[in-house]
Amino acid sequence: MNKIKILLNGIVKENPTFVLLLGMCPTLGTTTSAINGLGMGLATAFVLICSNVVISLLKKMIPDKVRIPSFIVIIATFVTVLQMLMQAYVPALYASLGLFIPLIVVNCIVLGRAEAFAAKNTPLDSFFDGLGMGLGFTLALTLLGAAREILGSGKVFDITLWNEDYGMLAFVLAPGAFIVLGYLIAIMSKLKK
Amino acid sequence: MEYILIIISAIFVNNVVLSQFLGICPFLGVSKKISTAAGMGAAVTFVLTLATIVTYLIQAYILVPLDLKYLQTIAFILVIAALVQMVEIILKKVSPSLYQALGVFLPLITTNCCILGVAIMVGDGTYNTQGLEPSLLSGIVFAIATAIGFALALILFAGIREHLEMMNIPKGMQGMPIALISAGIMALAFMGFSGLV
Repeated sequence: MNKIKILLNGIVKENPTFVLLLGMCPTLGTTTSAINGLGMGLATAFVLICSNVVISLLKKMIPDKVRIPSFIVIIATFVTVLQMLMQAYVPALYASLGLFIPLIVVNCIVLGRAEAFAAKNTPLDSFFDGLGMGLGFTLALTLLGAAREILGSGKVFDITLWNEDYGMLAFVLAPGAFIVLGYLIAIMSKLKK
Repeated sequence: MEYILIIISAIFVNNVVLSQFLGICPFLGVSKKISTAAGMGAAVTFVLTLATIVTYLIQAYILVPLDLKYLQTIAFILVIAALVQMVEIILKKVSPSLYQALGVFLPLITTNCCILGVAIMVGDGTYNTQGLEPSLLSGIVFAIATAIGFALALILFAGIREHLEMMNIPKGMQGMPIALISAGIMALAFMGFSGLV
């Protein structure tokens, strides 16, 4: 299969957030600002790429019956690596994402791609699939984070658009996550037609 | 008194789904009918309580004494996966009727992030203990209350979605968008509880 096609498949056609609707917990939980959304997206992309490549390298060695537990162990290993790296190099981001970093283990996108793509394709194709899905997820989270931050506090990436007093606080808090994501999915499915 | 505060805080004020965003996948996935929502809620309550006890003991008596805290994520997810399998096998033998009711939902629970999330919070002692020292008992109380909060949100949401089925909704908003917006309005209602504890 064409590499660019695999890459674009994850970003546009099968975008994990807007089309597949997978991995909703971090999508809603971490996007209080654009920078948090970007960080969470990149963290997930890292795990997704590594686990995809390793699983597709090991696919012939893993017996079919213990496939899922083996995948989970591989994914959990990379999440632990990621936790250590983030604690060392970006402690502030690690603290603000909190519980959602270890919870990448149970993110349906990672296990879903391992099962649906990496277990059947070559390591190189799996790499591009992981990259595409990871970027699609990052894009969606950054967009959602930016929308919530602009509506909630009038800022995006620390650039002030208007005075914070005009922001609607509810959009930074929990209800805003659901409402903004609902409208974004509706807009995205309209644009695709 | 502190235990009552933990319970109220976990069910209403910091509802696991509507304010902490754990367990959104089953919240959106199995909320089309009230009966399935109740089944899922019961299964989560059962597994969450068991998983919290087991992971707390593993954290306190194996990981911490051996200085292996960095293996927490791997150890917990393996234990939870094994536990869910075991519960399924035991239920099948011991109580076939309960297995019939919960059976379909059990495999789904392994990847429910509220199980791993609560296990990590109780293991690390980072949940809201209302001033108590983190202990096994307060951890169990917190886990049960969290599960009740999950079941409550799920069943209420299923009730709303059953009504949405009959409504005349604009084409672009049908399905997931309108479900998410109703969930947002529910979360807005639950925000009214903030400051209660």
